[in-house]
Amino acid sequence: MIPLSHFLILGAILFCLSVAGIFLNRKNVIILLMSIELMLLSVNLNFVAFSRFLDDMTGQIFVFFILTVAAAEAAIGLAILIVLFRSRRTINVADIDQARG
Amino acid sequence: MNAVHSLWLSSLPALAEFFLLAAGCTILVIDAFLDKGREAITCRLSQLALVVTLALVVALFPDARITAFDGSFVSDVMGGLLKIFILLIVIVGLFYLQAYLDERGQARGEYFVLVLFGSLGMLVMVSAGSFLTLYLGLELLSLSLYALVALNRESPLACEAAMKYFVLGALASGILLYGISMIYGSTGRIDFAGVSSAIGDASSLSLITLLGLVFVVVGIAFKFGAVPFHMWVPDVYEGAPAPITMLIATAPKIAAFGMLIRALGEGLEFLFIDWMQMLTFLAIASLAIGNVVAIAQTNMKRMLAYSAIAHVGFIFIGLLTGTPGGKAASMFYVISYALMALGAFGMVIWLGRKDGVGEADRIDDLKGIIERNPWFALMMLFLMLSMAGVPPFVGFWAKLAVLSEAVDVGMTWLAVTAVIFSVIGLFYYLRVVGLMFFHAPERSAPIVAPNTVRLVLSINALAIVAFGFYPDLLMDICVRAFPGLMAGQ
Repeated sequence: MIPLSHFLILGAILFCLSVAGIFLNRKNVIILLMSIELMLLSVNLNFVAFSRFLDDMTGQIFVFFILTVAAAEAAIGLAILIVLFRSRRTINVADIDQARG
Repeated sequence: MNAVHSLWLSSLPALAEFFLLAAGCTILVIDAFLDKGREAITCRLSQLALVVTLALVVALFPDARITAFDGSFVSDVMGGLLKIFILLIVIVGLFYLQAYLDERGQARGEYFVLVLFGSLGMLVMVSAGSFLTLYLGLELLSLSLYALVALNRESPLACEAAMKYFVLGALASGILLYGISMIYGSTGRIDFAGVSSAIGDASSLSLITLLGLVFVVVGIAFKFGAVPFHMWVPDVYEGAPAPITMLIATAPKIAAFGMLIRALGEGLEFLFIDWMQMLTFLAIASLAIGNVVAIAQTNMKRMLAYSAIAHVGFIFIGLLTGTPGGKAASMFYVISYALMALGAFGMVIWLGRKDGVGEADRIDDLKGIIERNPWFALMMLFLMLSMAGVPPFVGFWAKLAVLSEAVDVGMTWLAVTAVIFSVIGLFYYLRVVGLMFFHAPERSAPIVAPNTVRLVLSINALAIVAFGFYPDLLMDICVRAFPGLMAGQ
């Protein structure tokens, strides 16, 4: 059987990748949205792994809620993206810098 | 039948929340059938729904701690009081929102319905008994706010602010969740009571719990807008329409206070030493960056954003003392800050240009207000002095309460640091006062506003003065929220 630590390490790697994706990405807002999804999925992996090894259902129920919220979050994120593209004609992260000070 | 009856009884503490949910859905449907131009009806219905919710909260006000839904929902004195203030502030905020939207011809029913759902999220956060309820309430609030910021589609600045708010808010939620998953992994529980007893019973502190704590604190600091997680605050405050900024700056701060008390004070109380150190760092950094950078701002909303960051530092100082008195002082601070911010943003809205394009949010727009509207200038003077912490206004008593608690637990150095940065902060509040009273106005047109806005704003500013002369009115309420304090006296 695969030990718990393997799942946690995978979860941590995915989490770090998604944080890096948010901070290092200077190109495209859609990649930001993808990173956010990846972050929530890495959390889900953690919850499911703990749930399995603790033999406790709570973690898996939590995952259902996270999945639902993630869907709503993606919908709002994409809606904001469309509004942004209509007003700016670009979704380049580096161009979104009107507010400064 | 019996099962249904007992389910009904057990969910009674959450009746106000259920009502608000049902009202929000109903008003959304009613709004869909209303003709264009009748949005005032949606606004009044929303306010009515909030008033009824407020009445329910007052009617069901608990004498002691009650839990529902297997401990996922907590109803206690602190929660009830925070809910009352949240609802009052949102009801007042809707007056401003409606006046602002009417003036610019942007009125749409969705604004009011989203505010209702956001309020529901705040109520759930304040009553959270487990990390799951906390997360759901937080997301309901955040998702409503993202949409509210972006609802003015014509403004590129608002769209940009919405995108930044969304990305950083989602990042914060992700970090918070990662922390929650760690805490769940090490304790096997997600309800605060279970987590607390599991950590208390453990013979040694596991590294995973500690890691989870760090992530949870970072997530909460993001939502509060504490330095170094404050990047979103100025951009969102500036980009969002002024009444939306008002709604982001006031009631959610009270809800975030409730969230912090629930998660750190109740769930992770045995890790106090660890999170106290983190909050100390966050508090000092927030006070320093907030007060210093605010001086350099030329935009009123950005200045208020940095001032909000500085005020968060004070709220944290009260909490990190760890005593019931410190928590009560923090609660006093967060409520009085919310009242002051409500007034200050009300002023920015009132000053808004009638032509409907821009907002009068440059600090220079305040020049010579005394000539254009002396009453306005007087109210703004009260608000600015109160925010700066000048006696006898309520802001002074809030700062004094927090700092004296810090001194009581032997953190005099922290209190001294806070005072030094407040004195620096005095400069930018007084600069606004100076511009209002001693400069010639750029425009001479008198300031006009609907009667409701004028009335609400005057009551708000006068309340700041009244609480300044009778701070015990508010302080007694806050002390009641933390029963440990009464027993200790």
